[in-house]
Amino acid sequence: MPSTREMRMRIRSVKNLAQVTKAMETVAASRVRKAVAANAASRPYSEKAWKVLLHLARQPGSASLHPLLSERSPIRNVLVLMVSSDRGLAGSYNVNILRNTLFYFDQFSQPVKYVTVGKVGRDLLLRRRAEVVAEFTGLNAPAKFLEVSPIARLIVDDFRKELYDQVFVSFTNFESMVKQQPVIRKILPLEVEYAGIGYNVTHTKTSSVFTYEPDQNEILDEIIPRFIATQIYQAVLSSQASEFAARMIAMHNATDNANQLVGDLQLEYNKARQQIITNEILDIVGGASAQERS
Amino acid sequence: MTIRCEIVSQDRIVFQGNVDIVVLPGTSGQMGILPHHSPVLTTLDYGVITIRTHGGEEHFTVAGGIAEVQPDQVTILADSAENVEEIDLERARQAKERAEESLKNTVDFDQDRYMHTQSALKRSNLRIEAVRRYRKSTPHPHGTEE
Repeated sequence: MPSTREMRMRIRSVKNLAQVTKAMETVAASRVRKAVAANAASRPYSEKAWKVLLHLARQPGSASLHPLLSERSPIRNVLVLMVSSDRGLAGSYNVNILRNTLFYFDQFSQPVKYVTVGKVGRDLLLRRRAEVVAEFTGLNAPAKFLEVSPIARLIVDDFRKELYDQVFVSFTNFESMVKQQPVIRKILPLEVEYAGIGYNVTHTKTSSVFTYEPDQNEILDEIIPRFIATQIYQAVLSSQASEFAARMIAMHNATDNANQLVGDLQLEYNKARQQIITNEILDIVGGASAQERS
Repeated sequence: MTIRCEIVSQDRIVFQGNVDIVVLPGTSGQMGILPHHSPVLTTLDYGVITIRTHGGEEHFTVAGGIAEVQPDQVTILADSAENVEEIDLERARQAKERAEESLKNTVDFDQDRYMHTQSALKRSNLRIEAVRRYRKSTPHPHGTEE
């Protein structure tokens, strides 16, 4: 049985803990909103870029043979961009993304290399002896486009140099405050006919003939890397929103637990205190009656 | 007669509205786009986009990108587009100094860093120049009015 002094200290420390987790919950909640808003703000660009891409890829001619659009075979090397967080304390957020990634790419016979965003994911991958070729940490929350574009440049350059024949991005899709789904998506070579990207674009087939300056291929050279950068940017923002939502819920639970613990400890402390008082009264009464008798 | 114009960058919509004319810096030269322009798809150079409406002119800096022109619409996918009125001149000056400093002092550049610094320098020069030429609100401090 700990002394009442020890119990008082314990209660105080648990109360402090609850205060901290409560604060973290509030911060995470406001960051979810910001990340979601940033993600929404980047959608007009990607929708329009996607429309232009579709338009170009469907033109007859060499455009469809653009190196960033055409499948290679055989596939010799695979690169995965895994987006995780810099900090823990986000429930199972990081573990989920890692599990999903490893589960998926264990089936590949080719060597798989990783580029990571976030410290936690990097460390988890290294512990599994995965090969991490590049890491990006310390992004703002929400991330700025200029922080993410170097990642895209690295990936597109390495793909062009044929260091890798396929590139995937593994991130967490923010569906709602309570649901975040780890997702894996192929980003290179870009599949233009692939409807799964989900842009609601009805391609208005203009009968008029476009003039291209300088030419179709050079425009594709410009637009594909930008489109991919935007895709990665959105994946990062979606992951950040998920991270903060997961942290918010984890911290909410932690606060609840701490408060309950405080209640339990308080009850125990009160009982112990009462016991001590009772004992003291018994002592006094006992002493008094002993004197009376003598 | 107006034409719809949208300037979007990767992180926001910079401008949208109906305008009389759009002048944009295509890689193969300046282009003035009026309503009923023939369809064009062009890449953009570093430069200034000028939009003229009933109420006056607006200027935007752009660091490359793509423009899609249709008879009733211009869509500009711009890299780091900014309204000239919003540019933080002080920051642009500092960025310019930093870039120049690092170009001068570093001996062994790798290709990537070199390109990066060059483009940072180009961007800040563009911003400073655009503010000097186009900003309405504050007169230029050194007094070289055109």
